[in-house]
Amino acid sequence: MKAINTFSLKIPSRSTNESFARVAVASFAAQLDPTVEEISDIKTAVSEAVTNCIVHAYANTIGDIYINCAILPEKRLRIKIKDKGCGIEDIKQAMEPLFTTAGGERAGLGFAVMESFTDNLKVRSTLGKGTTVTMEKRISVRENV
Amino acid sequence: MPVNIHSVGEVLTVYLEGEIDHHAAKGMREEIDAAVEFNMPSLLILDFDRVTFMDSSGIGLVMGRYKNLQKSGAKLNLSNLPPNIYKVMKLSGIEKLAKIDKGEN
Repeated sequence: MKAINTFSLKIPSRSTNESFARVAVASFAAQLDPTVEEISDIKTAVSEAVTNCIVHAYANTIGDIYINCAILPEKRLRIKIKDKGCGIEDIKQAMEPLFTTAGGERAGLGFAVMESFTDNLKVRSTLGKGTTVTMEKRISVRENV
Repeated sequence: MPVNIHSVGEVLTVYLEGEIDHHAAKGMREEIDAAVEFNMPSLLILDFDRVTFMDSSGIGLVMGRYKNLQKSGAKLNLSNLPPNIYKVMKLSGIEKLAKIDKGEN
């Protein structure tokens, strides 16, 4: 699928970058003229994926998070968030709502949020090599008023 | 610190502000827990009126406080949730445990 526009970003896995990452993607998505709700959905889904990199992939270290975004035909936004961290042993289990390995203050709903706030979610992971989360969001076509 | 705390009788109200993500949740958690420990309320109200963004870290924050309150039998209310915050919160099923009001908007 040929991208109409793209951007890439590499950031260290510091928790201060959570807000930077979601705002960067939301700003890029703005050219698709999304609704307030769609922008909020995108920010939330990106925040979950980036938080997973920080909390899980690079749990006791700082590593690089790679964000690649593409605008595809028919007002679709593809967001790829990749890390070279520890990887996920059992993706199916990790994606189950309320499952978490991170203890009491984490809800275990990160993937559930990504799934419900985007139109498509793919997770690829190799133990010891890293994880790539790919999300796609369709932006509604609005009549000009 | 984006947390304002008011205690009246046995009711402790915490007004949260700004963005609740993994980065911000830690500070909020410490503020809330310190206030609960000090005031020992029978009802904790978390007010979301001035929260502009929340991801599942906010759900973790609420769930964690709910568990803590259970030790003393205190209740938890979530108040004035803006639409985007409610949309995240309802994924958690917390409505079964805490009373939620969505605010005026």
